[in-house]
Amino acid sequence: MTDSRNIVIIGGGHNGLVCAAYLAKAGRKVTVVEAAAQVGGAAATREFAPGYRASVAHLLYLLDQEINKDLALESNGLSIAASGLDTVALAADGNHLTIGADSVEGAGLSSEDKAAYKEYRRFMSKFAAVIGGLHNQVPPRITYERNDLITLGKLALKVRLLGRDDMREFLRIAGINIHDILKENFDNPLLKGALSMDALLGTFSGPRSNNSVFTALHRMSGNNAGAAGAVSIPAGGMGAVTDALAAAATRAGAEIRTGSPVKQILMDGMQVSGVELTNGEQIAAATVVSNADPRTTIMDLLGARNVEAGFARKINNIRAKGNAAKLHLALDDLPGFKGLSQEQLGQRLVIAPSVEYVELAFNHCKYGEYSAHPVAEITIPSVHDSSLAPDGKHVLSAIVQYAPHELGAGWSEGKDAFMKVVFDLLSAYAPDIREKTVASELLTPQDLESEFRLTGGHWHHGELALDQFLMLRPVPKSAQYRAPVDGLYFCGAGCHPGGGIMGSAGRNAANVILAK
Amino acid sequence: MRTVNFSQHDHYRNAVFPSPFHARQKEHNQLREWSRWSDYLSVPAYWCADMEYFAGRNACGVFDITPMVKHLVTGPDALPYLNRLMTRDVSKIKPGRVGYSVWCNEQGRVIDDGTIFHLEEGVYRICSQEHQIDWFMTNTLGFDVNIVEDTHDVAALAVQGPTSCAILKDMGLQGIEDLTPFGLTYFDFEGTQLMVSRTGYTGDLGYELWIGPDHAERLWDRLFDAGKHRGIKAMGSDALELLRIEAGFILAGVDFLPAMEAVRPSHTRSPFELGLGWLVHFDKGVFNGRRALQEEKEKGSRFHLVKLDIDGNKPANQSFVFTKDEKFAGTVTSAMWSPSAKASIALASLEAPHGKSDSRLELQGHSPLQQ
Ligand SMILES: Cc1cc2nc3c(=O)[nH]c(=O)nc-3n(C[C@H](O)[C@H](O)[C@H](O)COP(=O)(O)OP(=O)(O)OC[C@H]3O[C@@H](n4cnc5c(N)ncnc54)[C@H](O)[C@@H]3O)c2cc1C
Repeated sequence: MTDSRNIVIIGGGHNGLVCAAYLAKAGRKVTVVEAAAQVGGAAATREFAPGYRASVAHLLYLLDQEINKDLALESNGLSIAASGLDTVALAADGNHLTIGADSVEGAGLSSEDKAAYKEYRRFMSKFAAVIGGLHNQVPPRITYERNDLITLGKLALKVRLLGRDDMREFLRIAGINIHDILKENFDNPLLKGALSMDALLGTFSGPRSNNSVFTALHRMSGNNAGAAGAVSIPAGGMGAVTDALAAAATRAGAEIRTGSPVKQILMDGMQVSGVELTNGEQIAAATVVSNADPRTTIMDLLGARNVEAGFARKINNIRAKGNAAKLHLALDDLPGFKGLSQEQLGQRLVIAPSVEYVELAFNHCKYGEYSAHPVAEITIPSVHDSSLAPDGKHVLSAIVQYAPHELGAGWSEGKDAFMKVVFDLLSAYAPDIREKTVASELLTPQDLESEFRLTGGHWHHGELALDQFLMLRPVPKSAQYRAPVDGLYFCGAGCHPGGGIMGSAGRNAANVILAK
Repeated sequence: MRTVNFSQHDHYRNAVFPSPFHARQKEHNQLREWSRWSDYLSVPAYWCADMEYFAGRNACGVFDITPMVKHLVTGPDALPYLNRLMTRDVSKIKPGRVGYSVWCNEQGRVIDDGTIFHLEEGVYRICSQEHQIDWFMTNTLGFDVNIVEDTHDVAALAVQGPTSCAILKDMGLQGIEDLTPFGLTYFDFEGTQLMVSRTGYTGDLGYELWIGPDHAERLWDRLFDAGKHRGIKAMGSDALELLRIEAGFILAGVDFLPAMEAVRPSHTRSPFELGLGWLVHFDKGVFNGRRALQEEKEKGSRFHLVKLDIDGNKPANQSFVFTKDEKFAGTVTSAMWSPSAKASIALASLEAPHGKSDSRLELQGHSPLQQ
């Protein structure tokens, strides 16, 4: 029998937990069933070597501040170890650049580039706010219904309020590529390379791919205090955010069960009736919310035969080719990066020496190869947070691109070889990195897929692009967090407004369910 | 003989193939005119469309239906697959039975109509007007099912009219008189299997005969031999068109625009809008178009398909339909002078609410004068 008051949430990723907390706060009976041994999804902090911990998602820049406040994350245990980090664009000769919120410094930088950077930050922040303004909106449907029209109207108004020149500029660049924009604004290759990374992390695109201005804006679209896209590191890794969310949800009355993979979503006629776990246990619920990615939810858990063929095809065709690998190193001691002070090691370090270098790195993954010379975003969070490693030891956490989910040679063959490529890359900037490393973990998109149940190992649960955004996300006609099956909802990164530790998808989904 | 040998890689050089009955059609085709139907050459009229029509109504007309697109659906999930694809409940079509059905897209608009032959337990043949392999393959996601388009592997004849049963009996098909409407059965035909279904597109007594292409000419010869004293005639597509309009059957591409071909979605039709609501079974679980059709059922349809009885004797082809007070009401989709009913009749698609109750409408582009 279906318990009509029960809500089951499949997955305790940060979005599932946000959704659970809001629903429980509104008095709903909520059970979260998470496959992994811990909550948090790709944000969880895990021990990867004895005494060393890290989280796959490592930098916090999108967390919605209303959610932060509503769910009292601070009093539920969240503290920030470092915030407002600079980006350091590494150079093999040690002549790095330091890129801050409103200025950039470094050897060989022209005054024109310095001035252009201020202007770049001005318009990018302004445009990012237009996109950010949509994060807490349920995407409109293309109808004449009042709420949809209001949402569309608000978007049009936001664009209009940019002012005539900026509006024109926004409309000009929103769909084009980051390479062109950087080329229009800057000369310095290192600066352009590093800035292009903001557009490309977690996507299947290179600097010259269309849409890459949009993804850059998306990364800067959070409503956190301080500069747009300002980066911070939570104490205890990203898992501290999800632990705080879990605490808030539990406090509001939600039940969270880890180690409970859902095998299938149950149907009673045309209506969802609950879930069945892999151990055979069934949990009845008239409302099932999935934090798993849309493809997993429909194709694996619900079964394509329970939806109409057109919908199944669209879900099956969501582009979700993950390219980001994650490297965790257990270090005996801090490594020496050429030209960097100890203090600078705590910043966000980027290896992307030029836009051309990045484009070449991307080329490989189109053909099922990993980059011969990858790009990387590196943090050493233990500089700010000693709890992550044994006394005096350190953790290095790096996103390394491009490593395609479908490696032609297969990852069981290719992983060791790619590990060598990655170490060679790091050694060019930190020559002693091999000596300092006592243990390591490399998570390929295949590993991310199997460990975190992410289709394609994809950062956003499905490529973030204009044709998969807003009312087109995850697919047209189900962008209101509702699957075309009575009682089934989506709440993860595969929905509007996409991935990154943000929480908006989870909260918007809760609002839709509560408004029912 | 396979008419199309795909192992010879140059089959694509020919867009249109001769039917396995081509040699015999050529002998009968006094008018020497050929038309194209799907992948094949077809005959519009062998000697006189009207006389061929009368053969079909009063004796026996034989029409080559090989060009009809055919698919074989097999595999453990054949039934659930078809039930999700089709609007009707396919589980009600038992082995040895045939059912007419439509299939829709997500918007509840008809992609095509066709017949489902339940050949034997779990083995189905779908016949349709349009090529469907792309859509049928799309529908396999999540099902353990095999779909083959086998249009070119099956030669088929429609044998229609009041003497058809007697002719088939004379040809040696013992017990054919026991086959009930929408039944199918198998006979041995000179060492090969002949499938016979009591189906057709004329609304009259009639059968369809299905056999391997190698045996096509023998089948034709035996049939015409058995029928020579019972008025058997080769019948072309013009005659069939008259028979099907009289029977009130709709034709894809004529009475409705197949949803996959429509540029403007508003030009497509739902099953309700084609008078086929009886083929929509909401009590069977999910199927393509279900949500949209449920909503349409609650909110009402945009169009109604009606059968018109028109004053005068001129066929009303291409006419517009108006109300008494000259408001646009819809368009005629198929029309004819019916020799059997002695009336000018038509199928028309009317904009709602017309077609529910109006008993009199006007036609434009159509002269009411008797000719
Ligand atoms: C390599 C990499 C680096 C990243 N770095 C950053 C970063 O630095 N900053 C940032 O903001 N974002 C980063 N991201 C993106 C971020 O991690 C994701 O967008 C985010 O985790 C999505 O959150 P979610 O709650 O929607 O889904 P997830 O975190 O994927 O959580 C989904 C949960 O559902 C569970 N689940 C799935 N199927 C089942 C089932 N059948 N039964 C039970 N449970 C199930 C999973 O186990 C998982 O816990 C990174 C992503 C990747 C891949």
